[in-house]
Amino acid sequence: MADAVLGATVVEDREAAVASRRRLISRIVIYGLLGLISVVYIVPLLVVVLNSFRTNAEIGAMGLISLPQSFRLDAWPQAWSDFCIGGQCNGVARYFWNSVAMVVPATIISTALGAINGYILSKWKFPGSEIVFGCMLLGVFMPGQIALLPWAFLLGKLGLANSVYGLVLVHCIQGLSFTTLFFRNYYVSIPDDLLKAARIDGAGFWRIFWKIMIPLSPPIIIVTVIWQFTGIWNEYLFGVVLNSGSNQPITSALVALSMSGTTVRTYDVMSAAVLIGALPPLLVYFFGGKYFVRGLTQGAIK
Amino acid sequence: MASLTIRNLRKSFGVVEVLKGVDLEANTGEFIALVGPSGCGKSTLLAMIAGLETVTSGEIYIGDRLVNSVQPKDRDIAMVFQSYALYPTMSVKENMAFGMESRGVPKAEQEKTIARVAALLQIEPFLKRKPGQLSGGQRQRVAMGRALVRDPALFLFDEPLSNLDAKLRVDMRTEIKKLHQRIGKTTIYVTHDQVEAMTLASRIAVMHQGEVQQFADPDTVYNRPANTFVAGFMGSPSMNFIDAEITSTGGGAPAVNFPLSGGGVASLPLHNGVADRAQSKKVILGIRPEHLSRQSASNSGKQGFATMSALVEVVEPTGAETMAVLKFGDREVVGRFSPDEAPKTGENMPLAVDMTRACLFDPATTRLI
Amino acid sequence: MAIAGQSVSAGTSTWDRIKKWTPVFIIAPSILASFIYVFVFAGWTFYISLSDSTLLPSYGFKGFENYVSLWTNRRWSVAYNNLLFFSLFYVTLAMAFGLMLAILIDQRIRAESFWRTIFLYPLAVSFIATGTVWQWLYNPGSGIQFMVNALGWTDFQFALTTDRKNAIWAIIITGIWGSAGFSMALFLAGLRSVDPDIIKAAQIDGASWFRTYRKVILPSIGPIFIAVAVVLLQFAIKTFDLAVALTNSGPGISTTFPATYVYDFMFQRGEIGQGAAAAMMVLAALAIVLVPYSLYLVWRRRRESRNG
Ligand SMILES: Nc1ncnc2c1ncn2[C@@H]1O[C@H](COP(=O)(O)OP(=O)(O)OP(=O)(O)O)[C@@H](O)[C@H]1O
Ligand SMILES: [Mg+2]
Repeated sequence: MADAVLGATVVEDREAAVASRRRLISRIVIYGLLGLISVVYIVPLLVVVLNSFRTNAEIGAMGLISLPQSFRLDAWPQAWSDFCIGGQCNGVARYFWNSVAMVVPATIISTALGAINGYILSKWKFPGSEIVFGCMLLGVFMPGQIALLPWAFLLGKLGLANSVYGLVLVHCIQGLSFTTLFFRNYYVSIPDDLLKAARIDGAGFWRIFWKIMIPLSPPIIIVTVIWQFTGIWNEYLFGVVLNSGSNQPITSALVALSMSGTTVRTYDVMSAAVLIGALPPLLVYFFGGKYFVRGLTQGAIK
Repeated sequence: MASLTIRNLRKSFGVVEVLKGVDLEANTGEFIALVGPSGCGKSTLLAMIAGLETVTSGEIYIGDRLVNSVQPKDRDIAMVFQSYALYPTMSVKENMAFGMESRGVPKAEQEKTIARVAALLQIEPFLKRKPGQLSGGQRQRVAMGRALVRDPALFLFDEPLSNLDAKLRVDMRTEIKKLHQRIGKTTIYVTHDQVEAMTLASRIAVMHQGEVQQFADPDTVYNRPANTFVAGFMGSPSMNFIDAEITSTGGGAPAVNFPLSGGGVASLPLHNGVADRAQSKKVILGIRPEHLSRQSASNSGKQGFATMSALVEVVEPTGAETMAVLKFGDREVVGRFSPDEAPKTGENMPLAVDMTRACLFDPATTRLI
Repeated sequence: MAIAGQSVSAGTSTWDRIKKWTPVFIIAPSILASFIYVFVFAGWTFYISLSDSTLLPSYGFKGFENYVSLWTNRRWSVAYNNLLFFSLFYVTLAMAFGLMLAILIDQRIRAESFWRTIFLYPLAVSFIATGTVWQWLYNPGSGIQFMVNALGWTDFQFALTTDRKNAIWAIIITGIWGSAGFSMALFLAGLRSVDPDIIKAAQIDGASWFRTYRKVILPSIGPIFIAVAVVLLQFAIKTFDLAVALTNSGPGISTTFPATYVYDFMFQRGEIGQGAAAAMMVLAALAIVLVPYSLYLVWRRRRESRNG
């Protein structure tokens, strides 16, 4: 009896050992694969960051992918205010501020409109509101190419051609479909009883919106703001088509800068410029990653 | 004086008619229960009284005022929802204050009212908490508190207890009853639980498919149900229905007959001249489970009791009482017995049927005869 | 369920009447804007595609001539062949990598959000920025080839972007690099939504890790595969920024895409009519993907509601 028990524990121990070795191997495989792939993901980022602090001579001699031998900050101020893009040597500052002037109002306005639209389309339905929602949804899928000519014409007529305000308008209307969709889908899950209770309590359209819906909305507001901010900041097509010269946003400037380097490429300054252009959405991503992913998955699966 | 009067109220959603001419009235201080199966239109009716749904046709008066197109906030009503509908971002206190703020009640008065109601419902300890930090029962109290601060002419409850577990539900039911006795406000209370309706209401409106089947006090609804629907809906286990035929016995006294298994016929004498009111010979005999009992010296010869025997198929003891499924011909009939007279499975049980409490229904109209 | 739509019968004030229509008034401008954006703009571009517009829009009607010359243009055939080739490899490989990453991350690993953050950051940044950096890396004189050469393997060749035949692979690789994290996020959400009891049941049935995934988990997230494929196809059809930043349609015209074709013809070559025709083709390609998909969604929803 006692022997049998002992034998069983020995077998068990051996099985446990095999199982734990298996586990160890599978862990090594998992982390190994993840680590390997991560390298592919991190290298490009590392390359720009490190090269923005190296001298161009060193990059020329050692290549882009090598351990830095020098450290200097010169490339950054140069990229910001002296670098030559399309014949003008004022750096990317001007384009950066164009992007800021475009993205801030466009994000605020499109998010605010999306909140109100979503509120109406989920809680104050009227005859035909479902059809209206369906039509707005179509806007999500519209390719920008279709809208290029009409926008160019319309902005011309409105006197907003080649201006940042024009791009603000474009992005507000472009984004309306997305923001409305986000808010509507969020608000339909808020129980109708809550609004009924509020109506009995004497609250009307606006009071319900401000006192009940908005206090419940921070998650979706963050998701939408991040989505709109990164989307508009990174947009290239409209910026390059509708605006020209010093009125273009940063994405257009980055393309112009990498195209213009026909002779010797100044990788150090260009790295700094690319980083300046990528920094705002990257910061938003690193601080609001959870909400960014939520927006991404919600925006994809409707 | 009536504090709520509803006349021929109809409601359609598109082509679907959900309410088909409802009449109802509640006297001041009355507790009216609206019961009926799911989807019969109870919530819709309540929402129309509250002004949350439009009226397709008909009239709703609160007091003597026609309120068909009055906004909910101006109807002098308060409502408690099944989901409680507490504003999740506001504290309990802010929840209660929200309506008063909307109506511009001065701050000092708000404080006083909240203090009074909080004391009444014993929710003072969690005035500062958010609804998410409360238990189901506490939320339920807060929801009632929010209604009470209004001091309305009419209280509307939409299945306020159905989200609570069984034990808490019974406790809260008692509390609602106490509360109603204390403040004496006219109350319309929607539930699909007939026990709640019976225990709380001064009158019950039983609804089915958008119509009020019967509107009467609990005793009448239970003992003299207007039709087979009401009879079957109220009471658990439900009333047994048996297809039967009226005959005259030798002495001219009428009786109901129905076949038993093995070719026999049960013949139960009738009373109170019911037989005369029957339009046809064919009737539906309705017997509640508790009106079946084991034959004994005390009941077998008693006036109004009929005797027969039936095979016992299944026995289900619940502790306080024992249910048994009996075979009446090819029908199954449920009986409710005290444990000491409980039958055994397979027994051929001698029964005494309390015919004074039995109901007869017209098979054509399903109405009570 | 709507709570609006209070009937306004006789006796209510004008004020109530106005209040009743508040929501409609407020949303009306948005509806109008969306309507113009979706229908008027598309109609307009379609009309231009039928016109004789060249450098400036003009409204002389030309029928389908622009479409005919589009489909006989060699450059357009390069563009749509590129799109087909790109879509095939980009979509399947981005899904495969995404699924692999999702399964790896689903193994109760440590610092899960750290790994996720790494694989998803390219999505936060524009393809202009990431594409520019990748362009440098592809540059044989300074990037990957240079590094490998410097490490001692001196005849290593990696010059995709200067090679007509293989330049599209540069775009495919960077595209996958940029989007695999996205399909990972969707797959991961799907894996996490599988009922854990099913997985436990499979384990009790003695299914191996691999079989559990193949036979139990992955089949139950079938709809996610379709959703990811549709979204990635949509990205592929709209590919523009990436092609501009990486190769600028070159070398020669070898990496022209429909979307870059539109831009070139409308704004570089002053062939607005034909550019518009190409834009309509982009729209048509999206419709070919999205219309069946939405019909499928409707069908699935019906079936689900029928099955309770
Ligand atoms: N907005 C609406 N549009 C269409 N039909 C509706 C609407 N609201 C309710 N109904 C229908 O009206 C009928 C009555 O609904 P109601 O909510 O009043 O039932 P109920 O008696 O409260 O049921 P329950 O006990 O399940 O709460 C149901 O068949 C329901 O489907
Ligand atoms: Mg209900």
